[in-house]
Amino acid sequence: MKPRVAVVTFPGSNDDRDALRAVRLMGGEPVSVWHADQGLAGADAVILPGGFSYGDYLRTGAIARFAPVMDAVRELAAAGGPVLGICNGFQILCEAGLLPGALIRNRGVAFVCRWINVRDERSGDVLPVPIKHGEGQFVGSPDELERIEGDRMVAFRYCSPDGALDDAFNPNGSARGIAGVRNRRGNVLGMMPHPEHAVDPDLGPTGGQHVFEWLLSSARAAVSA
Amino acid sequence: MRFRVRLLVSLKEGLLDPQGKAVESALPALGWDNVSDVGVGKYLRFEVEAEGEEAARKQAEQMANRFLTNPVIEDHAILEVERAEPATTGPEGGR
Repeated sequence: MKPRVAVVTFPGSNDDRDALRAVRLMGGEPVSVWHADQGLAGADAVILPGGFSYGDYLRTGAIARFAPVMDAVRELAAAGGPVLGICNGFQILCEAGLLPGALIRNRGVAFVCRWINVRDERSGDVLPVPIKHGEGQFVGSPDELERIEGDRMVAFRYCSPDGALDDAFNPNGSARGIAGVRNRRGNVLGMMPHPEHAVDPDLGPTGGQHVFEWLLSSARAAVSA
Repeated sequence: MRFRVRLLVSLKEGLLDPQGKAVESALPALGWDNVSDVGVGKYLRFEVEAEGEEAARKQAEQMANRFLTNPVIEDHAILEVERAEPATTGPEGGR
């Protein structure tokens, strides 16, 4: 059975359609959910997509976290279901307290839009994926960063094409080159790069497939558990 | 009673402030080459209906901690809590 994956559209989301398409290409059953909905339409997993929810007013993700649908997202996360936040979705998960840390303006101030590489900190795989953000600098207090490292919550770090860590490959000044984090349980993942733009071999590198494989296999496991 | 609250939000000490840095680097071009340690924050104002000043201040503090700021990255200070004239009618309007 195909895992059902909800993609939430907030006012200002703009990567929701690519996320829906990526779910379909990767073998899942995508279902679009509106931010004002009370539930996730029976989905086994959920994606909070990229964009500029509420115009990034106040802080990125600060207002979207109060959307009615977020109660259902919290419930799914608490039940161990997979939750993926991409870019603005990552910012929302941090604001909602489902992931640690926060995202602030890029070190270089400018919006960055290009292909980069990230290293999966569990498997060591190097994934070519695009980024496009103005506020992607991951930060946390020194204690929080230690906790994130100690609990192995760093999912991805920016790296060179061969997987080396160097500040020269850190596009936004993120602390410790962090491009994505997981919660301690491992079922909530937030990342600034866009895996949904990197799944179709006809359109370029496919580093994003890896992330959707995780999402769909976790959804299958959650269903059969 | 209505109270007007003024709230100042700034990035926490020690966090890189790219906006502050950008402003700072532009100042010498205008002749101000003696400026350093520029920070950029934000200012919010709102009116709140409350029993008294203490209640208004307490609510403003809760609002700041839960929503108006992100305590992971920001500090805040309530600059002022003052009695407000009924909204919309005052000559000062939306200052």
